[in-house]
Amino acid sequence: MIEPIDLELIITVQEGLPITSRPYALIAEQLNLDEAEVIARLSKLKQQGLIKRLGVIVKHRRLGYQSNAMVVFNIPDALINQMGQRISQFQFINLCYQRPRHGEQWPYNLFCMIHGKSREKVLQQLSYLIESCALENYAHDILFSRRCFKQRGALYFPSGSGFSHENRD
Amino acid sequence: MDEIDRVIINTLQEGFPICASPYKKVAETLNISEQALIERLQTLLDSGILSRFGPLFHAEQMGGALTLAAVKAPKDSYDTIAKIINAFPEVAHNYAREHALNMWFVLATETPEQIQQVISQIEVQTGLTVYNMPKIQEYFVGLKLEA
Repeated sequence: MIEPIDLELIITVQEGLPITSRPYALIAEQLNLDEAEVIARLSKLKQQGLIKRLGVIVKHRRLGYQSNAMVVFNIPDALINQMGQRISQFQFINLCYQRPRHGEQWPYNLFCMIHGKSREKVLQQLSYLIESCALENYAHDILFSRRCFKQRGALYFPSGSGFSHENRD
Repeated sequence: MDEIDRVIINTLQEGFPICASPYKKVAETLNISEQALIERLQTLLDSGILSRFGPLFHAEQMGGALTLAAVKAPKDSYDTIAKIINAFPEVAHNYAREHALNMWFVLATETPEQIQQVISQIEVQTGLTVYNMPKIQEYFVGLKLEA
């Protein structure tokens, strides 16, 4: 369970860290803690994995990554972990997950995201991936995104219904 | 955005220190002043190139649940379906994609049980089958888009 003080800390930092010389001191002041305790608690949350990452979240479209594709493969179950680990090493692979198949409607079980600056570039990267990992014999598909209808931030509380950014593109 | 901004973005995608003067520490490795880093970071956030600066939480460890789901929305009712789905606060993002399964969205809920409840409600309201594709395994990638 998450300790009450940690929960308060999470609520305070979820929208962003203060951009000021002593950010953790400022947070501490808001919570009536001292700076050292805030640092210790955040370090602990990071170590436990509750905080996956601390840093900047970019708007990839604003960085010129206009072509975003979900690339999916049907990999035999016995090979999925090996292939997943291998594919995730490529620089242009931004997310990589095993997910369930849905019969003939959806025969794919390995999902990756490629964020590219053009459609051609993404297709080249996919060809390179297939060739490098000898994936020619496995069914695959590429689903470019056409429109983004909704993309909201990662607020956990107080509405509580918002989590992180997995699978966004 | 200049070269220094690019280096700042790339560096801060890798992580941010948890210590008393974290900006100073990062600035030193970048050979710029702490003040310059703070100003540039603020400008990048204000201009919308960065969507956020802070922690990314692990949903499941927070007690919550996430899933990726898709529907086959008929062309003539596509926008109506999108509106219905996006009205759910649990829908974190939603994308049109080129496939028979042409609408893909992420659900984020406070508890694992709520995922199925929301899916059932979406099925009732849209009359469509929702294909639920929760992650079975995540393979680590360095989440980084070079600026």
